[in-house]
Amino acid sequence: MSPRAAWRLESLGFQQVYDYTVGKLDWLAAGLPTEGTNANQPRAGTLARKDVPICGLDERLAEVRERAHSRGWDAAVVVNTERVVFGLLRAKELAGDGDRLISEAMRPGPSTFRPYVLADEMAKTMLDHKLESSPITTSDGKLVGLLLQRDAVDATRTGA
Amino acid sequence: MPQEIDRKGLQQMVEAGAQLVEVLPAEEYAEDHLPGAISIPLRHIDAEGSKVLDKTRPVIVYCWDIA
Repeated sequence: MSPRAAWRLESLGFQQVYDYTVGKLDWLAAGLPTEGTNANQPRAGTLARKDVPICGLDERLAEVRERAHSRGWDAAVVVNTERVVFGLLRAKELAGDGDRLISEAMRPGPSTFRPYVLADEMAKTMLDHKLESSPITTSDGKLVGLLLQRDAVDATRTGA
Repeated sequence: MPQEIDRKGLQQMVEAGAQLVEVLPAEEYAEDHLPGAISIPLRHIDAEGSKVLDKTRPVIVYCWDIA
């Protein structure tokens, strides 16, 4: 749609026309602010816990488990140095054999969601699919935070 | 010929005074739009483009995504 608008403006005599082809989806997926009636609605990106423990593929499960538990977490997200999400360790995976490498112990390729998804949509999806937590990522796969099902549900109830 | 622009380029150009236009239907604009964008739905470009926009300044248009 925007290419047609750009070309039409040019035909109307505008000489400096630019097309942000990846559009609003790209903007929202990057977690950037918007204006409008949805702007103040709780979204996955704002509700996601940014302090979720992260770890690398080459670490041992025992170290990561200790680190997560010491910070009150029962989950950790596996990322690379660019914070691109490779996997997820929920309570079940964290409880495994401590000698295992994270690359073997993790749940690979978890479903991720974008920061702009509204809290009520997230709550419904997480309840329907029995997801206790879900990584929230930008469009290039980088971790924003971990959204807990209870946070999404609470936000829907309170509208917070 | 219109030029493609990425997010960073958009931010720089808007800061420098470019006009930002969402060409999606007005209802979608009302829900969410980029800060500072104005709404001119595609079908209104012919009628409103020259009236509302300044031809001496750059114009950036966007819709939902590349489709």
